[in-house]
Amino acid sequence: MTTPDTGMSGGPMAIDVTRTPSRCDGRPVILDVRDLSTEFVMKRGTVRAVRDVSFTVREGEVLAIVGESGSGKSVAALSAMRLLQAPGRVAAGEVVYRGKDLLKLPAREMRDVRGNHISMIFQEPMTSLNPVFTIEDQLTESIRTHLKLDKKAAAERAIEMLRLVGIPSPEKRVKDYPHQMSGGMRQRVMTAMALSCDPDVLIADEPTTALDVTIQAQILALLAELREKIGMAVILITHDLGVVAETADRVVVMYCGQVVEEACAEDLFEQPLHPYTLGLLESIPGMDETESDEPLYMIRGMVPNPLNLPTGCAFAPRCDYRTEQCVREMPPLVERADGRKLRCFVDVTEVRQ
Amino acid sequence: MLKYVIKRVFMVVPVMIGVSIIVFALMRVFSPDPAPIVLGQHATIEKIEAWREVNGLNEPVITQYFNYLSGALKGDLGTSYYTKTPVTEEIFARFPATIELAIAAIIFASIVGIGLGVIAAVKKNSIFDAAGSLFALVGVSIPIFWLGILFIMFFSGFLHWFPSGGRIDVLLKPVEVTGFYMVDAIIEGNWTAFGNALEHLVLPALALGMYSMAIITRMTRSSMLETLSQDYIRTARAKGIAETKVIGKHALRPSLIPVTTVIGLQFGSLLGGALLTESVFSWPGIGKFTVDCILKSDFPVVQGIVLLVAVIFVTINLVADLAYASLDPRIKYSSKKER
Repeated sequence: MTTPDTGMSGGPMAIDVTRTPSRCDGRPVILDVRDLSTEFVMKRGTVRAVRDVSFTVREGEVLAIVGESGSGKSVAALSAMRLLQAPGRVAAGEVVYRGKDLLKLPAREMRDVRGNHISMIFQEPMTSLNPVFTIEDQLTESIRTHLKLDKKAAAERAIEMLRLVGIPSPEKRVKDYPHQMSGGMRQRVMTAMALSCDPDVLIADEPTTALDVTIQAQILALLAELREKIGMAVILITHDLGVVAETADRVVVMYCGQVVEEACAEDLFEQPLHPYTLGLLESIPGMDETESDEPLYMIRGMVPNPLNLPTGCAFAPRCDYRTEQCVREMPPLVERADGRKLRCFVDVTEVRQ
Repeated sequence: MLKYVIKRVFMVVPVMIGVSIIVFALMRVFSPDPAPIVLGQHATIEKIEAWREVNGLNEPVITQYFNYLSGALKGDLGTSYYTKTPVTEEIFARFPATIELAIAAIIFASIVGIGLGVIAAVKKNSIFDAAGSLFALVGVSIPIFWLGILFIMFFSGFLHWFPSGGRIDVLLKPVEVTGFYMVDAIIEGNWTAFGNALEHLVLPALALGMYSMAIITRMTRSSMLETLSQDYIRTARAKGIAETKVIGKHALRPSLIPVTTVIGLQFGSLLGGALLTESVFSWPGIGKFTVDCILKSDFPVVQGIVLLVAVIFVTINLVADLAYASLDPRIKYSSKKER
């Protein structure tokens, strides 16, 4: 189960998953999210965007949270940081960081965690920086707040951070306004901002979605490099399995606000256990498939209406492997003997053979 | 930037020509003949005729206009029919009173308006929001002269907190240096006069500023609500800085950009003389003077005032536009591209 072979026979995918084994477990847990539930109470009804989600982040690892739009991955991260705006609210759960439940922390202590111990990069670099303040102003703000540096030292630190994220002539660019920079540059600035106080955990919420492919690769490489340097843990929220395969140690797959599968990255890519994960991996076009006439696999149907979720497994209506039981009852998230977690009644590996 | 300013200044010329034609025509069409008013009911026809001749009112209207225009270009706006003093002197004697009142009113309107707007936006859908919106609605709807009368009845007549009219008690009047009594009182070191001038200023400033306050409140609220939903506000919160700083810095500054225009426009119209407020509070400014002169058909004075107001309005607009650039770094008024 440890060293993966590349190019599995009959395997669903063609992504190279060779990597050094295994940063996957063994390290101490730094952030523990337990049974987190988040609701949006609206006139038409209550949307349970995150339902009993649990996952742990270990020191220095990259945890990927994967799922399609609306699966609750961003909302889960925002809930943990308590950055959710009304009408969203956390209904239940704990987010334990260094023995403290962040959800119960007084606002002042929570602010001390944000940007300092746990920081965040957002999806939209074009709109995530305030247009009326200089980069320096926005960068030094968290440095001065958390590291208690004076103005001059903070400005120096800001320049140093910009250099670290690979912005050329940072002494000049630090005086720029956001509109004078490109999207990729702005995402680098966001990264510099997030890392300026040496956080333990960095939450990157689809950091590359809004960027074009070459810049995506640059930003991902930068994140990987900085993770090595600074040694923080990264929660990478994405819907791009290619990104996951390249960077993640462990993967949490979410569907309709629930965790449906959790595994080490290499295990997940080698042998997906949940039909949804399987579907996701099979719908990636492979290099060797381009010549065949077979159409690309796709998951049938649509994501159910969040106001009206099925009673049984949320994926059952779209699942190729569903049974009577799947439609009737919700499968629990079960931890298997090998440490992987799965929310499914069916043993997909057995059925497929 | 300089080029932009020069361009804008030249744009004043057509505005002035248009305004002068309109006011010139209106005065001659709608105002009664000034001669009998100036000379009194018992003036003889000959006297009236002679007076009209002297004041050039027997010329064709177009000739009158060009005579006026050529004088105006030389800085001569004519003399008042009644006081025989040059119009410019008449205006500048009264203008400080109007400026003083307008500044006080706009300060009140901006501070209270922005404050209420921010609170209403931050506490959206709360009782504060409802109260702020109601206050703004009342402020927009209520006629100023009526509000002024209510103020006088309540704060002056009933509570005796403030005087009911005028700029200052006659005996305390400071030596005029700037014409702004509060400034003059400070120059003189006379704090009693300063306090007295301030007391006189409070009620008219509140009454005059009420409408602008309401407009500014609404504008601030909607602008602030839009800003608060922006991604960069979430970024600011994610940095762990205090919520007061998130609101007071990251949200307020971008929100103020559209509010600046509104404040500028409001201030421009306040400077044009608050006709009703000044009349209600017997405030000796341009507004009250305009009303008096219109009623007396004092053509040169009314024309002069309207021209001045037009210049002020255009200037204030220019200043507001320039203030944009300092609030929003994305706006640069230059023909050449920088860097």
